This record gives sequence, structure tokens and C-alpha cells, in this order.
Amino acid sequence: MNGRDGTPFAITLGVGSSLANKTGSWRTERPVYRNALPPCNDACPAGENIQGWLYEAEGGDYEAAWRLLVADNPFPAIMGRVCYHPCQAACNRAHLDEAVGINAVERFLGDAALQAGWELPAPLPDTGRSVLIVGAGPSGLSAAHHLRRAGHRVVIREAGPLPGGMMRFGIPAYRLPRDVLDAEVGRLLGSGIELHLDDRVDDLMAASRGFDATFLAVGAHIGRRAYIPAGESAHILDAVGVLRDTADDQPPLLGRRVVVYGGGNTAMDAARTAKRLGAEEAIVVYRRTRDRMPAHDSEVAEALEEGVIMRWLSTIRHVDEGSMVVERMELDADGFPRPTGETEELAADSLVLALGQDVDLSLLDGVPDLEVVDGVVTVDDRMMTGHAGVFAGGDMVPSERTVTVAVGHGKQAARTIDAWLRGEEYRHAARPALADVTSLNTWYYTDAPASVRPTLDLVRRISTFDEVTLGLDEDTAVFEARRCLSCGNCFHCDNCFGVCPDNAVRKFAEGSGAGDNGRDYAFDLDYCKGCGLCVAECPSGAIDLVPEQI
Amino acid sequence: MTERLRFYQTGSFAVRNRLLPVVDASVQSDPGRANAITSGHRACQGCGEALGARYALDAAMRASGGRMVAVNATGCLEVFSTPYPETSWQIPWMHSLFGNAAAVASGVAAALRVTGRDDVRVVAQAGDGGTVDIGLGPLSGMFERNDDVLFICYDNEAYMNTGVQRSGATPPAARTMTTPAVGPHPGAPFGQGKDLPRIAMAHEIPYVATATVADLRDLEDKVTTAMSIRGARYLHVLVPCPLGWGSASRDTVRVARLATESGLFPVFEAHDGEVTSVTPIRRRVPVEDYLRIQKRYAHLFGEPPATGVIAHIQATADRNIRRYRIEEAPV
Ligand SMILES: Cc1cc2nc3c(=O)[nH]c(=O)nc-3n(C[C@H](O)[C@H](O)[C@H](O)COP(=O)(O)OP(=O)(O)OC[C@H]3O[C@@H](n4cnc5c(N)ncnc54)[C@H](O)[C@@H]3O)c2cc1C
Ligand SMILES: Cc1ncc(C[n+]2csc(CCOP(=O)(O)OP(=O)(O)O)c2C)c(N)n1
Ligand code: SF4
Ligand code: SF4
Ligand code: SF4
Ligand SMILES: [Mg+2]
Repeated sequence: MNGRDGTPFAITLGVGSSLANKTGSWRTERPVYRNALPPCNDACPAGENIQGWLYEAEGGDYEAAWRLLVADNPFPAIMGRVCYHPCQAACNRAHLDEAVGINAVERFLGDAALQAGWELPAPLPDTGRSVLIVGAGPSGLSAAHHLRRAGHRVVIREAGPLPGGMMRFGIPAYRLPRDVLDAEVGRLLGSGIELHLDDRVDDLMAASRGFDATFLAVGAHIGRRAYIPAGESAHILDAVGVLRDTADDQPPLLGRRVVVYGGGNTAMDAARTAKRLGAEEAIVVYRRTRDRMPAHDSEVAEALEEGVIMRWLSTIRHVDEGSMVVERMELDADGFPRPTGETEELAADSLVLALGQDVDLSLLDGVPDLEVVDGVVTVDDRMMTGHAGVFAGGDMVPSERTVTVAVGHGKQAARTIDAWLRGEEYRHAARPALADVTSLNTWYYTDAPASVRPTLDLVRRISTFDEVTLGLDEDTAVFEARRCLSCGNCFHCDNCFGVCPDNAVRKFAEGSGAGDNGRDYAFDLDYCKGCGLCVAECPSGAIDLVPEQI
Repeated sequence: MTERLRFYQTGSFAVRNRLLPVVDASVQSDPGRANAITSGHRACQGCGEALGARYALDAAMRASGGRMVAVNATGCLEVFSTPYPETSWQIPWMHSLFGNAAAVASGVAAALRVTGRDDVRVVAQAGDGGTVDIGLGPLSGMFERNDDVLFICYDNEAYMNTGVQRSGATPPAARTMTTPAVGPHPGAPFGQGKDLPRIAMAHEIPYVATATVADLRDLEDKVTTAMSIRGARYLHVLVPCPLGWGSASRDTVRVARLATESGLFPVFEAHDGEVTSVTPIRRRVPVEDYLRIQKRYAHLFGEPPATGVIAHIQATADRNIRRYRIEEAPV
């Protein structure tokens, strides 16, 4: 039974749709999809897109995750072992329970790649330009990788017998197994990088002739000596030398009681190495207190677990054969250590100095316009020295001395050099706003306590150079990746699509990029009233509310 | 109640979890959802009722395979969706009067039954005024006859459509036009009002449940459960109203969440008059957190603050938590 105009019975008037009513005109603010900078990415010295590769790992696409990772850092398996992970110190998840175990997942990906044999992306076609790199430590290798990928000819000259720098001759094998180091370095070099070993550069100006640019990454290898009065037959060694010789399979004779002087990571490694070489006691003597130690907490903790003895607030006054004199220090009102005059004799067969390293700058003699302050070479924020065309990074420039910083310098230098070779000037991209924890809606994240990395049992730790910290299995690694909050970046939770009372969010296929500027979602501004609900309920803080131009 | 999934970032708290199989996805995550009430409606910015209605009806549409009729009482939901000659409804929808939605729905159900169309399901919906006050008689009859209707109350705790007058669901101390924040006992009085989910349970109908717009999965699961049952069913959904509550439009979901996390709005379901599941509180908050972000309670936070009144409201929340054994609910 139909009405006169054909409408069904009981409807007397024709109906139109409310779609005719464009409620978007009510709006005074509009939602905009954004990508904010996750704190982890911000803190990574190598500039990794951590949130991005965790997102891929969450879904189980480890190769995609690894590819995203190596676009910034060619050494995930190394990083996953030696990086001090400042990313985790910055991670927003710490405000919920504990930081995401980024470093453990990075290692999982790095190891997965080595196992599966994934290759780094092939270099672009040759550009006809060539770059000299001095030093095959992490900084030089990182720069080489990025420059080679861009299609430039890359020649590395390395003074030592093998590539890797301090990763090989400083960091002990129990923290970075040599097969891992060899595999990642070998894979990188396989892209056609020319490496000359045992080929020290003594005169930079002469060496750089014929190259379009030069990157210096010679590290800091000269162990600092403190003046300590010593008897003639006192057995005093330098920590870097001890570690180098150990790495070189020529471990030095240290004796039964070894004293290590210094409070940095090198001191920890020297003491732990001494134990592994058979010392019954390894004693670290340090002027200040534990909280002032430059060594990372985890390294101090691991050294203590292995039975290394710490003597904080102590200095060494005199060294003789078989013993030394130690003076107790105390902190003054400003927290500086000052001598007390109280001394004590300490039986010890050898003293290992771990007081820091200086840079050997002799190859720079005669290079004009180079500035050296406090023993390191001045560079601008794009890693260029005062001498045009000469760039430098890693331990030889002023900054924190870590593998990751060195890798980041290498990447930055490569970008600057690449621009320079094209006659352009490298400009830093504009930094997006930081996705701090207040921009997230953490309600939506489930409770998930951090996973713990397994470790080797103690007996094997102190008697071998086997790796101490072990990797995560796949299930645990995925679980850990899924603890990530995806700070500042859409992770396709559909909340915006769901919570809009005005049905003003459009959703497209995941990965299609068919939405607002390449996203998979779009705001329908014909109907969006600008209430801000989608902004408030976006877990990851990936939507901004901006004033409407009226 | 939703079985909470423990793994991956958001478990089942967000609208979608991209790592779960599609069968586990919410109705709202489906681009092909019914969108029972579509764009262009005239609800205020951030309207909880518009949102709650789409959540509930889209789920009911999926559960009924799209064979469904909705009957609507007078109120905001009706007025903002159907100003002549436009409608936002993309489902068969019918409006009669303020107080008779339950009676009309009973009639529709009876008509369908006698014409042999019992594959078509009936949903009735009303605001709290249309449910707990003027519509209570017809609703009680519908319950008693056990008519095959799912009645959904969108509770925004006052007569919003006519300018925020107190209803039997307005909470104590809340300011409305008819309970202004003046005198020795500002706002709505204590000791009055009607707890409709419990009244419905007293009828011992097959299914009674509460839900909020802050927990989509839970709401959808309850609608789905309700639609799987024949007879009279009642769903009471808390839908914050930015205008009447004086909350920010962006805070609609947050306010609802705080209502449950404080214990003021217990979320549960009951079969045949017996509570069968209770949604746990994840992060319990004092009622003050809930009250403070709503201007209808602003008079409680003057100089000096009305600590006695706030304590009284807190006692209500505590009693809810005891009454529904919320702390014993499995997390
Ligand atoms: C014991 C120890 C443990 C450490 N542990 C960690 C750790 O766990 N995590 C971490 O992040 N960092 C650690 N570090 C610091 C880290 O190893 C360094 O910051 C990093 O290796 C610096 O990289 P680089 O490329 O600048 O220099 P290097 O790694 O020092 O490499 C420089 C290379 O240049 C070569 N070279 C030097 N002069 C010349 C020349 N004239 N001609 C040609 N080649 C030359 C050297 O032989 C060397 O191979 C540790 C350091 C030490 C000493
Ligand atoms: C018999 C009758 N009395 C009064 C009205 C006016 N009226 C229309 S809607 C409404 C209040 C609706 O309140 P509620 O049911 O809570 O719905 P809300 O608008 O809050 O969603 C009133 C009083 C009416 N339409 N019919
Ligand atoms: S939660 Fe994820 S995106 Fe956020 S800081 Fe931590 S690792 Fe980065
Ligand atoms: S609410 Fe979810 S889907 Fe929408 S932008 Fe934020 S993360 Fe992406
Ligand atoms: S929830 Fe909807 S109406 Fe509100 S700002 Fe977002 S898109 Fe616009
Ligand atoms: Mg109402």
C-alpha cells in the first residue's frame, strides 16, 4: 500500500537526508593528523626511527622493521649489544610501567637479519665522486655505508689490521662477540667499499689529494697517564692496551691481584677482563662515589655481580712492586673529593690505568683552518671542520664517546658530504613537535610489564669471554615491541573513526595513504564540528586541534 | 561483558586492534557499519547521545542482519536528527510522543508477530526523562508483558532537549535549570531519583545491562547479547552531555570513563534479575576527579569547597562498588 506520491504507507511527506546540512560550518577548530616526534627517536644519537621499526616488528614483519632500521644505522646487532640506549631513558612507556626494551628488540632484528642473510640496499648508480675516510671505527664505517649507498666511491684507510675500531679493540668479546661484529661489518663492506688495512694516514693533506671530500674518524686511542710516583719495577699498564692485546689474543700478564684506576666504562671492562684472564681479585680504585662514576649503571652492576671490588673515594699515591699506597678521600661541601691524609697499603701485582683517552692528531699537522680545542677537533652541527671539504666525527670531535654517537656522526657527515658533492648546502629538516607523554591518552594501553633479558650463569661469565647478556626469543621480542605506545604517530587503532559523534572521519585501507596527506584516514570537513573528541581519544597523540581561520 | 584481550598495545580497549583477526573487530571499526545516524545531524559538538546511539544501533543492526525497526521517544535524539524535511536515520525509524516509546514499540512488535515477521527486531530508545519519568508506565508494562523489544535509555541525566531541567535520573548536587546552585542545598536534592536498571531487574526480565560511551567493546557486546535474546530487554547507556553538564566537548568520553572509574556509574549485566557480570575498575579515582571537570558541580568547589557534599557523593560511589562487588570483578 503506497501513498499518493509513491512513498510507503504512513509516510505522508518525502524525506531528505541530513547530509544536506553541512554542520562543518559550526567549527572553530579543526582536527589535523600529525606526526609528532617520539621521545625515543629524539634521543637516539643515530637518529633511528624507532617508533617506525617497532611498528613493523609489532606486526611480525621483521624484515620491514630491519630495513627501516638500517636506513639510519647499519649495525642493529651491534647496537642491540653495546648501545647505552638513551632512547629507553626517554621512552614514554616509563610513565606507565617501564620503558620499552627497544635495545633488546633491536638486537633481535639484527640477529634475525644475520641469520636470514638479509642484504643492505644496493648502492645507487656511480656518481663519479670519491670520498676518503680515515679510520674504520663505527663512525668511519657508518659514513662509508651512507656515502656508498648514495653512489659515491668510498676509500677507507685504516691503521689497524682489522676494521671495527674500538668495537673490536676496546669493547670486550663478552659484550660484543666477534662473529657478530665481523658479520655486520663484512655485510656493510660488501657494497663495494674499498678498505685498506694496516694503512695509517700520517699526512692528511697528502692523503686527501685526488678525493672530492674527506671524513676523519680516527677515534681516541692514546691512554691518558696520570703522574703517580712509582718504584722501578712497578707493573703499570694502560687499560686500552690491555683490552687491545686481549682482543688480539695476546693477553698481558696481570698477576693475581689487579688494581684498575678510574671510574669509566673502560675501567669496568678492564677489571672484568682481568677477572676472565685469571685474576683472583680485580679492584677498581676511583676518586669519587658510585653515583659520580661515569660508567653506566648496568656496567657497574655487572662488574659487581662478577665479583669486581670497588674502592670508591680513593686515590693512588705510590706504586711499587707487589703493593701500592692508597689514600682515602672525602667529599667537600661542593661534592669535590679532597685528600684526607689517611693512607693504606694495598697488595697488588699490577696497576691498570683507565683514565680516559686522547686523540692522536698528528696526521692533521699542516691542515689550515682546523680548530682544536681541548684535544678534539671543532666541527659545526653538520660535521664539517674549519677546513672546507674536511669533515670529522666520532670520538675525535667534542661529544659523548659512544658507538651510537659515532654512527650518528657518520650518517650526518655522509648527508652533508653528499650535499657538498652536489654543490649544495645540507639543511636540517624542520623538527616536528615532541610527542611527550601529556599528548597521549594512555588509558587505551594494556598493562604489560617489561620482559627481562636472560644472562649467562655467573660461573661461565667469569671464566670465559662468552657473551654475558643473551637475546630474546621471538615471542618475547614481539611482546616487547607491542609494548610500544607509538608516540605521536598513528598506529591504526580506529579510535578517531569510532568516536566521532558526527561520523566525520573517513577510513581507507591500511597502507593505502588515500586519506589526509598520505594517511589512511581523512576528516570530512563538511561535517566535522571541531568538538575535539577524536583528538582527546587518539591514544598516540597523532591528531592536533588547530584554530580555524574564520 | 567484553572478554579483555591482554596482548598487544591496546588489547581490546581501542576501537580496533590491527593485529587481531577481523572477526574480533568492533562494529564501529567496520567501514561498512550501518551508520544508523549519519552526518549532518544537529547535535551539539561532542554529543554523547549521538555517539551512544550510533554505537548501539550499529551493533543492533549487525546483530539483526539489518532487519530492525527503531522507535524513538521525543528528546534531543529525535529533535536533532529529524528536523523536517531532513533525517539522519539510515534505518527504519519511527517517532510518536515523549512518553509512549515503550508502548509504541510493544505495538510494533505485536504487529510484526501477527503478520509473521518475527525476523524483524524492534528497538525502542529514549532519553532518561522519556524513560524514568514520563515513559515509566508504558515501559513497566512492556517489561511485565515481556514484549520482544530492546529498550535503550540514553541517560544524560536531565531533560536536555528543553533546556536542562532535572529528571528522575539527575544525580544529587547537580545543577540544572530547575535545581539551581543557590540556597543551603544547591543543586539536585539527595535521596530522590530512580535507579532504572534496578527497577528493570525487579521486573525479572531476561536481560538488563548498563554501559557507557567510554567502553565501546563492552557496549557492543551487550547489544549483541541483548539481540540474541527474545523478550523484554533493557540497556541503560550513560551519555555525557557537554551542554548540560558543562564539560568540554572533547571530554565526552573522558567524563564517562571517570564516571565508571570513580564507581559512580556501575557497569554490569543481569540475566533474569540476577547480576551476572560486572566490569572492573581499572584505575580507581576519587569522585572529585569526575566532578571537577563539569560545571554543573562547580558550586562544590568554591571557597570553601563543599567537602560534606563531596563526601556524600563519594559514599554513593563506595556503596556502588560494594553493591556490585566491583572490586571482586575479574580484571
Ligand atoms: C673499553 C671500551 C669500551 C667501550 N664500550 C662501549 C659501549 O659499550 N658502548 C658504546 O656505545 N661505546 C663504548 N665505547 C666507546 C666507543 O667504542 C667509541 O666511542 C667508538 O668506538 C668511537 O668510534 P670512532 O669511529 O670515532 O673511533 P674508533 O672506534 O676509535 O675508530 C677509529 C679507527 O681509526 C683508526 N685510526 C686511528 N688513527 C688513524 C690514522 N691516522 N690513519 C688511519 N686509521 C687511523 C683506528 O685504528 C680505529 O680503527 C667503549 C670504549 C672503550 C675504550
Ligand atoms: C508530553 C510532553 N511533555 C513535554 C514535552 C517537552 N519535551 C520534549 S523533550 C523533553 C525532555 C527530554 O528529556 P530526555 O528524555 O531526558 O531526553 P534528552 O533530550 O535529554 O535526550 C521534554 C520535556 C513533550 N514533548 N511532550
Ligand atoms: S613508547 Fe614507543 S614510541 Fe613511545 S618513546 Fe617508547 S619506544 Fe618510543
Ligand atoms: S585515533 Fe588511532 S587511528 Fe586515529 S589517528 Fe590516532 S592512532 Fe591513528
Ligand atoms: S570527533 Fe568528529 S566532529 Fe569532533 S573534531 Fe573529530 S572529526 Fe570533528
Ligand atoms: Mg536526558
